[in-house]
Amino acid sequence: MAAATRRAASSLVARCLVASRASAAGAPPAVPSALRRPDGTRGVLPGIFQRFSTAAAAEEPISPPVQVNYTKLLINGDFVDSASGKTFPTLDPRTGEVIADVSEGDAADINRAVSAARKAFDEGPWPKMTAYERSRILLRFADLIEKHNDEIAALETWDNGKPYDQAALIEVPMVARLMRYYAGWADKIHGLIVPADGPHHVQVLHEPIGVAGQIIPWNFPLLMFAWKVGPALACGNTVVLKTAEQTPLSALYISKLLHEAGLPEGVLNVISGFGPTAGAALASHMDVDKLAFTGSTDTGKIVLELAARSNLKPVTLELGGKSPFIIMDDADVDQAVELAHFALFFNQGQCCCAGSRTFVHERVYDEFVEKAKARALKRVVGDPFKKGVEQGPQIDDEQFNKILRYIRSGVESGATLVTGGDRLGDKGYYVQPTIFSDVQDGMKIAREEIFGPVQSIFKFNDLNEVIKRANASQYGLAAGVFTNNIDTANTLTRALKAGTVWVNCFDIFDAAIPFGGYKMSGIGREKGIDSLKNYLQIKAVVTALKNPAWL
Amino acid sequence: MMYISSSSSSSGRTFETRDPRTGDVIASVAEGDKDDVDLAVRAARKAFDHGEWPRISGSERGRILTRFADLVEQHADELAALESLDAGKHPAVTKAVDVGNAAGSLRYFAGAADKIHGETLKMQGQFQGYTLREPLGVAGFIIPWNFPTTMFAIKVAPALAAGCTMVVKPAEQTPLSALYLADLAKKAGIPDGVINVVPGFGPTAGAAIASHMDVDTVSFTGSTEVGRLIMEASARSNLKPVSLELGGKSPLIIFEDADLDMAVELAISANLFNKGEACVAASRVYVQEGIYDQFEKKLAERMKSWVVGDPFNDPRVNQGPQVDKVQYDRVLSYIDQGKREGATVLTGGRPLGQNGYYIEPTVFTNVKEDMTIAKEEIFGPVMCLMKFKTVDEAIERANDTKYGLGAGVVTRDLDVANRVVRSVRAGVVWVNCYFAMGSDVPFGGRKMSGFGKDEGMHALDKFLAVKSVVTPLKGSPWM
Repeated sequence: MAAATRRAASSLVARCLVASRASAAGAPPAVPSALRRPDGTRGVLPGIFQRFSTAAAAEEPISPPVQVNYTKLLINGDFVDSASGKTFPTLDPRTGEVIADVSEGDAADINRAVSAARKAFDEGPWPKMTAYERSRILLRFADLIEKHNDEIAALETWDNGKPYDQAALIEVPMVARLMRYYAGWADKIHGLIVPADGPHHVQVLHEPIGVAGQIIPWNFPLLMFAWKVGPALACGNTVVLKTAEQTPLSALYISKLLHEAGLPEGVLNVISGFGPTAGAALASHMDVDKLAFTGSTDTGKIVLELAARSNLKPVTLELGGKSPFIIMDDADVDQAVELAHFALFFNQGQCCCAGSRTFVHERVYDEFVEKAKARALKRVVGDPFKKGVEQGPQIDDEQFNKILRYIRSGVESGATLVTGGDRLGDKGYYVQPTIFSDVQDGMKIAREEIFGPVQSIFKFNDLNEVIKRANASQYGLAAGVFTNNIDTANTLTRALKAGTVWVNCFDIFDAAIPFGGYKMSGIGREKGIDSLKNYLQIKAVVTALKNPAWL
Repeated sequence: MMYISSSSSSSGRTFETRDPRTGDVIASVAEGDKDDVDLAVRAARKAFDHGEWPRISGSERGRILTRFADLVEQHADELAALESLDAGKHPAVTKAVDVGNAAGSLRYFAGAADKIHGETLKMQGQFQGYTLREPLGVAGFIIPWNFPTTMFAIKVAPALAAGCTMVVKPAEQTPLSALYLADLAKKAGIPDGVINVVPGFGPTAGAAIASHMDVDTVSFTGSTEVGRLIMEASARSNLKPVSLELGGKSPLIIFEDADLDMAVELAISANLFNKGEACVAASRVYVQEGIYDQFEKKLAERMKSWVVGDPFNDPRVNQGPQVDKVQYDRVLSYIDQGKREGATVLTGGRPLGQNGYYIEPTVFTNVKEDMTIAKEEIFGPVMCLMKFKTVDEAIERANDTKYGLGAGVVTRDLDVANRVVRSVRAGVVWVNCYFAMGSDVPFGGRKMSGFGKDEGMHALDKFLAVKSVVTPLKGSPWM
């Protein structure tokens, strides 16, 4: 049965590619070279399907080793139904089936949550506790996350589709790490005592800003929770967090743990719901003092506009990207291939900072493309609960279809489809690891964020050229540089207009490293010391001095 | 008992540590000398040069320090009992204050371990510059007997966070808690050789650390006289940077707009906390003339209800015995000298009881600035109460000392408070409070009270070497 499914899927690839080709005026050869057999006949990506046959896409999904215990809204320390009583289903991306029905928050619930957060901020005890006491609660929270690591990871994988080992060995431990990091900041938030040009004593106080609204995405639900909630709480704020409608479960679970760790009621309120209702209500709320959003550039614009139209709350935005990964001619091609592969395909390609434009120096280009293809063919796609699986399903049908549309666009615009190109299996949202070569800068797949397992390879021959091309993007989130030449590395590091430049590495996300974008990739930085400023109000206190001993 | 990756002293000698309530021996402790310090430094050197401690990430070091803090808290009762027995302290106060502060400091620097930032620099040319703040190496610590647990923690915590290894010599009066803490550190996961504890005496073990060619920095807390010897030993050996937290003769200045009851309570606690065995004790209390007489009367009255006795047996006890016979005799001789020089005994002035090292809390009035009791650090329950007229006079007299550790101001007047804050030459000034210390609050003196800070992010500087790194930069679009 599995074999039949695969055949059906494979012929679908060929059909849709041929069909789309035919409709493209002046299109190059009807069948991309990668789809042709050595004998010139139209083939069906034999290598891929041999490899993908190990995938579990068509097998019965593995039962997640966790129960869903929390599906309601978390307001003022209690799990409650939404005011409307409405719920929405959260789906298993492996199958599209319902995991659980979750309370759907809208404006009325946001209002309730903001009131709770307001009260918890204005009346305490949270901002009135010593920083050390706040830090101890965050440390206990980190300990509890560690204790429940596997359940949390299972929930994350179930709701999101990411490989279980990635969640269990990397992401959940990183959440604990982030909480400990921010616990350490709580009692080290220092304003400056400023020298005055006269007999004045000048103190700069860093005060908590108040009620923070936070809207987080579905690609790293727990990590985004930690990036946002960690600094807000360490600084003494209270929070209303809206999770992505695709992935509401893990935040509810760990928020319960945070209360177990001693967080007072009302300090963290979690609303599951949709952007146009709950998200918009939060962004435009008159009693929310600060807003942080991670998501698409289009939605980021709306969030900023809503802040402008309401109470001018400061906004930090962490948005889309089209990050270049530049491979110079001195690079070890095997290593470069592996890193570029990881830079793009990690997390099903669902990373805002994915290295989605792979620029390869012409001297190593052919070898690179060949090896990149071989690596993609080896990529193990399947049930994310299965050991050894590198890539699970995309998050939902909307993303899945969007990616497939981009793949068609790539083919139509004349890029060479090296491998992949279609869905995998007939159930859930699995997409084949896909590579385009000979991608030109003007193509849609070169300009827009695909947010899926689609690698675009570009050729270049000159350092200045690649700098110019890498920067010719509305985005500026991240960049990767692969070279061992110190001058080249330094030049690229300074010239690339991106919030993060990784040299001979990629996706290194420690708690202490600031992250955020240039240009339309966003405003502000998260993580590191810089993230604290997002959640602090700065107050200058100037006191007149009489007969000071020194100035 | 000695802790150099765990062994006994090379000489086989021991010394006795005694219960200050009775003078009885608590335990015999292995006595480390130069040979043992050499062994300890070698272990620390190896752990630094080849071990994992400086090579794991700050975040991992922080995790281990957090576990260390948790263990200290879990063993708070034992530590407080051990400490109180060895140093004559109050067990409940020791548990809450000394042990609590020790855990707090370990947690603070656990959180600091992944926040040691270098800087990227602005160069005058086509260069890229940045600084690295590297762990310095092997640190030597010589710590005192008045707050053994807290001192141990606030000294080792920033060094551990920075990635240094260390040799600690606890005071010969109070070696027990340091050994206990070193064992907890090991249980928390600090690798062997990172913390080495050598109990022993200053002239032998202490001097060996201070003059060791392979120790990269020494941090000492103790008397000004010994501080001078430490610095001299450094100068004569390898010029290791030294930080010294030494004696004090800290003023508490009470203005006439103060709440009198509050001022009396503050003066008592600032002076008598920990039996007056605190380097930053307010040993000179200046009271403005308008309220002086009332203050003196209330103080004398209040001292009647101050209870001196065995801190283990009576929860009402405010003050236990002095740490040992030497200190006891020293404090009593200062009291005698005060009397001889013409100061008036307002309260106390005598030893108390037959057993142990108890002394009555003693307040002198009619004290002149040139009397020995007003100039020298007594380190016991002895207050010099003095009268002043104007702000200027108070500032001048407060600064008329070789020391500069702490100071206190009691006033409701903002201008007066700010004026005194900037004028007093001291490492910490408390306004309407005293002894308010914290992990984030740098502590350390000026003048002959020493230099260098314990606690706060400044404390890390002692254990870090700043390295500037410069690379040519080609074709940068901005400079």
